[in-house]
Amino acid sequence: MTGTPLLAATGVTMRFGGLTAVRSVDLTVRPGQIVGLIGPNGAGKTTLFNCLTGLYTPTEGTVTYRGRTLPPKPHLVAQAGISRTFQNIRLFANMTVLENVLVGRHTRTREGLLSALVRGPAFHRAEAASAQRATELLAFTGLAAKSGHLARNLPYGEQRRLEIARALAGEPGLLLLDEPTAGMNPQETRATEELVLAIRDRGTAVLVIEHDMRFIFNLCDRVTVLVQGEKLVEGTTETVQRDERVVAAYLGTPFEGAPGQEEVAEVEAAEEAAAESEGQGR
Amino acid sequence: MTSQQSQQHGTAVDTTPVIPLPLGTARVLTAAGAALTVLSTFLSWTWTDAFPGNLTVTGYPGGLQLLTLTGALLTLVHLLAAWGIRGLRMLDPAGGHGGTVWTAAGTFAATWYTLIAIAVQLGGLANLEPGGWVAGAAALLTLTGALALPLDRRATATGTARGRLAAVRDIMRTLHPGRTGRPLPPARPLPGWAEILLIAAAFGISLGVLTYGIGTRYGELFTGFLFLTGFCAAGLHQAGLTTRLAELTARHRNVTVAAAFVAAALFPLTQDTDEYTLIIVNILIFATVALGLNVVVGLAGLLDLGYVAFLGVGAYTAALVSGSTASTLHVRFPFWAAVLTGAAASLVFGVVIGAPTLRLRGDYLAIVTLGFGEIFRLAVGNLDGQSGPSVTNGPNGIPNIPDLELFGYNFGDKHSVGGIALSPFANYYLLMLLFTVIVVLVFSRAGNSRIGRAWIAIREDETAATAMGINAFRLKLLAFALGATLAGLAGTVQAHVAHTVVPEQYVFAGPVPPNSAFLLAAVILGGMGTITGPLLGAALLYLIPAKLQFLQDYQLLAFGAALILLMRFRPEGIIPNRRQQLEFHEDTAAKAEA
Repeated sequence: MTGTPLLAATGVTMRFGGLTAVRSVDLTVRPGQIVGLIGPNGAGKTTLFNCLTGLYTPTEGTVTYRGRTLPPKPHLVAQAGISRTFQNIRLFANMTVLENVLVGRHTRTREGLLSALVRGPAFHRAEAASAQRATELLAFTGLAAKSGHLARNLPYGEQRRLEIARALAGEPGLLLLDEPTAGMNPQETRATEELVLAIRDRGTAVLVIEHDMRFIFNLCDRVTVLVQGEKLVEGTTETVQRDERVVAAYLGTPFEGAPGQEEVAEVEAAEEAAAESEGQGR
Repeated sequence: MTSQQSQQHGTAVDTTPVIPLPLGTARVLTAAGAALTVLSTFLSWTWTDAFPGNLTVTGYPGGLQLLTLTGALLTLVHLLAAWGIRGLRMLDPAGGHGGTVWTAAGTFAATWYTLIAIAVQLGGLANLEPGGWVAGAAALLTLTGALALPLDRRATATGTARGRLAAVRDIMRTLHPGRTGRPLPPARPLPGWAEILLIAAAFGISLGVLTYGIGTRYGELFTGFLFLTGFCAAGLHQAGLTTRLAELTARHRNVTVAAAFVAAALFPLTQDTDEYTLIIVNILIFATVALGLNVVVGLAGLLDLGYVAFLGVGAYTAALVSGSTASTLHVRFPFWAAVLTGAAASLVFGVVIGAPTLRLRGDYLAIVTLGFGEIFRLAVGNLDGQSGPSVTNGPNGIPNIPDLELFGYNFGDKHSVGGIALSPFANYYLLMLLFTVIVVLVFSRAGNSRIGRAWIAIREDETAATAMGINAFRLKLLAFALGATLAGLAGTVQAHVAHTVVPEQYVFAGPVPPNSAFLLAAVILGGMGTITGPLLGAALLYLIPAKLQFLQDYQLLAFGAALILLMRFRPEGIIPNRRQQLEFHEDTAAKAEA
């Protein structure tokens, strides 16, 4: 797994006023890799994603894609070949499933307003090619039967898959998935796992934020752990799994010894008192 | 039978009639009522011809009686179709009584409106002749019978409505039959020529109805006409006829477009005076500008409250280069050059205004565009050589704009082409129609392309759209510029039709359309993102104030009320966009899919 990295973020820092959401994070994704980004809630994972895709302009640091520095403009990042999905699904709700994917092809087609008004043969050819490509992607994600439905009417799991199909329509070299299995049942999660593997086999590297550890450890070649905006560990799944600091970051540091008898009694008394006063109040 | 059908489709449909009567009785009652209503229109309704339209003649119907007659006949036909009479089945593809109920309600509304108007205007019920009483009773009888017919309507929500508004809500539900989302059974296949003939007939009828509406000579007749057409259009929709027509037109797109164009082009031939041709030229200008605004509002989702300024830029530019004696530029461009100049000026103005403002979103954009609209009006009002450079003649505007001349064809003269006499306004009408067709083409082609999809994506979710590689700012500017150009195009013709341009034509809100508020109202009323919507909305918003003079003082109030009602009951506009129909009536959409 050597060669030039696909994506290289160096020293990315993002400050909002006095709050430092991401502090000097380095991250590399190499071609053909699936890289996991994990960490407790509020660790700055999505903020880092937004820095990588140009939604935020990082306060410090640079992001390069295939060796070229990315400008902090979302549409230029997408044009360069990085596509993403969103943690809270952001489909074009009132467009059909097919249209959603066609919008995803925006960067890979050139037809402007004049061409649309004139409707020459080149326009028809491009539209047909786009539609064909979009249909292929819908078949790939298992949504072929739904192409005429409105995106908003899809069930939740299919909306997530449509977001992935839409992101793939831009023919990205790197796909950023923000919690692709959030809210899914185990079967849907397994299906998403297979989908991500299939995407990797198509030659697209994947950077994925996820809370489902089984998902992460099944799929990822490398995992990066973010805690409070800083990179805690980076390495293979085994390295990360064995690292005690990761467990501590997720579950909190254990007490120095078991909680004493006194504290337990104190808590119980407080609870009783609260229950009583509530009863009197009624 | 209806309930069985609906069960097959898996939707819960309540078919209980509003008035509990046996089906046979209800049918006979409706039929008898409708027949009696038809007869009553041949009687005299009042004793004096002081009420407009002369309803005193026994022997043949006149004036408002014609509306009642039409409504009653339609009711009868719908009833018989729903009854299953051979040969009429195709008039009721939905297979329910929705059509009958709505046409009966339309007849009732038109008839009772006439009777009340007579009583109010002539001072008392004593002014009604027996014929009038018969008509009123018969119309009521028809409606009663129709309401006793089994009605398709959405099943009552679980539990009965409670609270003070329960009664109101129940009535609303009763008045709101249909919308069961039940798909129509497939149509019997017809040969291609027959389908084309049907489309032509539909456009012929629409042209006839529109011509009649524009030609109504007094406010009462127009109000009655609005009642009847409103209800009957709802009736035809309930019967499934509009859906059928939509299927047909979708199959024969080119024929439909050609038929619409021919029907529109035939309009001046139905007129012998210029009075109504002028009205329809103005409607076309208004509609074209509304359609341009629809690119900005309906597709890209940018709320522009100063859109009329672009119309003004086009009109002023055309006026300045028209060779008018009052113009400060003493040049006379040929028309094609004037059109290009006007459109280009609007384009530049659009880009200049759009570039700084389009970085704003939502309400902020609305406020800034509103400001720019006013700035335009004030600026042209001050460029008079005293408070500013002498360009536009200030508040006096530019009068004496000469008539257009194209290849030696002077638009101000009467012409006879192949034996058909064309008045000056008919000339302008045909020219404006050409512009409307161009704008319709631009709208539909731009909307249904990569650019159009990007606009809709920006409207839906700008952040997601940019993440898909869409340069939101550039595309919004493109929509703004395209909208401005289309408005400027219409403006160049408007200057010549009106022969004069003054700043006060281009206000935010005023009694005479087009102004920014009315343009936006036309788009929203008609249906955002559609082509027919703004055209229909513009026609209504122009005709209603022009015809209902007595509303003058309360016009804006009435519009406000109408818009609120519309937003409450039909938020997607009169002609719904396929998407928004699904968006605002999700429950029915879900049922239709089930």
